Amino acid sequence: MKLAVNFAGVELKNPIATASGTCGFGMEYLPYYKASELGAVTLKALSIRPKAGNAVVRIAETPSGMLNSIGLQNPGVDSFLENKLEFVKNLGTKIIANIAGESMEDYEAVAEKLNVDGIDMIELNISCPNVSDGGLAFGTNPKIVEEITSRIKKKTEKPLIVKLSPNVTDITEIARAAESGGADALSLINTLMGMRIDAHTRRPVLSRGSGGLSGPAVKPVALHMISAVHRAVDLPLLGMGGIMTGRDAAEFLIAGATAVAIGTAAFADPKAPVRILGELREFMAAEGVEDVNDLIGTLKFN
Amino acid sequence: MLEDTRVVSLDRLNDTTYSLTLRAPKIAAAARAGQLAHVTCPGFLLRRPFGICDADAAEGTIRVCFEVRGDGTEALAKVNAGDVLSVNGAVGHGFEDIKGRRVLFVGGGIGIFPLLYAARFAGVATAALCFRDKSRVVLAPDFAKVCKEIFLATDDGSLGFHGYAADLVNELIATHEYDCVCVCGPKIMMKTVSEVALGAGLDCYVSLEERMGCGVGACLACVCQTMLGQKRVCIDGPVFDAKEVRWDA
Ligand SMILES: Cc1cc2nc3c(=O)[nH]c(=O)nc-3n(C[C@H](O)[C@H](O)[C@H](O)COP(=O)(O)OP(=O)(O)OC[C@H]3O[C@@H](n4cnc5c(N)ncnc54)[C@H](O)[C@@H]3O)c2cc1C
Ligand SMILES: Cc1cc2nc3c(=O)[nH]c(=O)nc-3n(C[C@H](O)[C@H](O)[C@H](O)COP(=O)(O)O)c2cc1C
Ligand code: FES
Repeated sequence: MKLAVNFAGVELKNPIATASGTCGFGMEYLPYYKASELGAVTLKALSIRPKAGNAVVRIAETPSGMLNSIGLQNPGVDSFLENKLEFVKNLGTKIIANIAGESMEDYEAVAEKLNVDGIDMIELNISCPNVSDGGLAFGTNPKIVEEITSRIKKKTEKPLIVKLSPNVTDITEIARAAESGGADALSLINTLMGMRIDAHTRRPVLSRGSGGLSGPAVKPVALHMISAVHRAVDLPLLGMGGIMTGRDAAEFLIAGATAVAIGTAAFADPKAPVRILGELREFMAAEGVEDVNDLIGTLKFN
Repeated sequence: MLEDTRVVSLDRLNDTTYSLTLRAPKIAAAARAGQLAHVTCPGFLLRRPFGICDADAAEGTIRVCFEVRGDGTEALAKVNAGDVLSVNGAVGHGFEDIKGRRVLFVGGGIGIFPLLYAARFAGVATAALCFRDKSRVVLAPDFAKVCKEIFLATDDGSLGFHGYAADLVNELIATHEYDCVCVCGPKIMMKTVSEVALGAGLDCYVSLEERMGCGVGACLACVCQTMLGQKRVCIDGPVFDAKEVRWDA
């Protein structure tokens, strides 16, 4: 059975990756599975300066999903390079670094610093709903998306993935803007804005008020958007949003994703990424699919 | 470590509090004082954290006691013997410096639960268990078995010492010899008790509570503020040296 896929020029041993912000810098899940079994690991967002993140409460369960407002807490790119890069390099899988910033210059500086051995791809996070500057503010305006994409493209030596927000009127317009800006790939979806309210206290459950919705609840939204973006642009896609099983992963591939990322599922089941890979294999065997590439973008509309 | 555990029994301790015994040989063998169990509640996505209330390596069982607070614990209060529950345990850094020492364990409400198992690791254990009123008192006989002395306190004086935990601890420290104080309960109680303990020159360890996502240290949902920066309650804690905790933050 062939599981390897070529994602924007990077050979992944299989199409299963972890999603940014859900597996730290790859260290914490060591007791549960070998990262080397996966196609790629996406690191927590890195910013130019260390970020403390938001006040707790930062997480709340919702029907079939969860809200988070971590607020991009990270040690900053310099500390990452000094203390974590060596470890990440030895994980035995492709490494996607997720970058965040409050200004175009911030993003450029982080991207430049990550032109090092051990980082295989850059994922431009212009879709985080949990910070007041940058993040989502960049990701919802097509002109800015095109500009930031082309500016980062000039600074990075790595294939560039632009991560799209679902919190827009027309995601295909943003996808086209990233394509014009020179993106090598797109990833989607980041979390959907949401809120939980405690009726008794009449307060939001999250300290920040609203947060980002993820998990099975967002899967239909993700599939819709991946399918639409796949038809709108000529770029490979990294699909994510509520994947819990191998069958879910197959649905994302069929919708047009070349590879998929697992996020929230790992909170419920720390072994989720490798379990899902095993289930994808079983699904392919049952369906008589020899090469995973024969699933990608094969959605039929008639 | 992850283990598919089987429900041995679910016993009701009072109108809202339950004791759940699970067959979990691997976790039972590994559990140390003050660590937690991250338990899947039927029908819910995120696991719920509970202190390991007891573990019996020979029997291959662990016990968690919990109060029904919301939807997840309500579902957990409906499991039946034989049901399978996935548990990640034993997670985190617990009370690591109590072996052979004279320890005063101070618990408030649901905070008393992890102290029962911890008391087994102390040289000499004393328990001060604080409740809202007489009707909330649970596990006193269990503590009596593993502790040299136990003291009960209620906020309204309906049983035992009438008053707050810090006042009781103040009295106990003045009249007894302890090497350290281990506290688990509401934040205000941990703050005031640790001030008394540290003020008396005793080591003091507190078990913090925060909402969790992954329970493995990856998502940064559960951070708390310490003198050494932000720490994760799930794996850097839940137990911290009281000297390092920034209560104001
Ligand atoms: C380290 C630690 C040890 C704990 N030990 C015990 C114990 O031994 N016995 C016991 O009864 N309770 C304990 N708790 C509290 C227990 O985890 C919560 O009461 C429980 O998660 C509530 O779940 P729910 O679905 O019923 O409540 P909901 O309010 O419906 O829960 C919604 C979400 O918030 C989280 N949550 C709600 N309250 C708390 C809380 N106080 N602390 C952490 N997360 C919370 C839930 O896990 C869930 O993700 C402990 C908490 C921590 C952090
Ligand atoms: C706790 C948490 C933290 C996240 N942090 C980031 C982040 O730092 N950067 C980013 O681009 N996306 C982040 N995300 C979004 C995920 O990478 C992913 O796009 C989203 O959760 C949808 O996938 P899922 O439903 O499988 O979790 C985070 C998600 C969660 C739940
Ligand atoms: S719960 Fe995820 S880091 Fe602690």
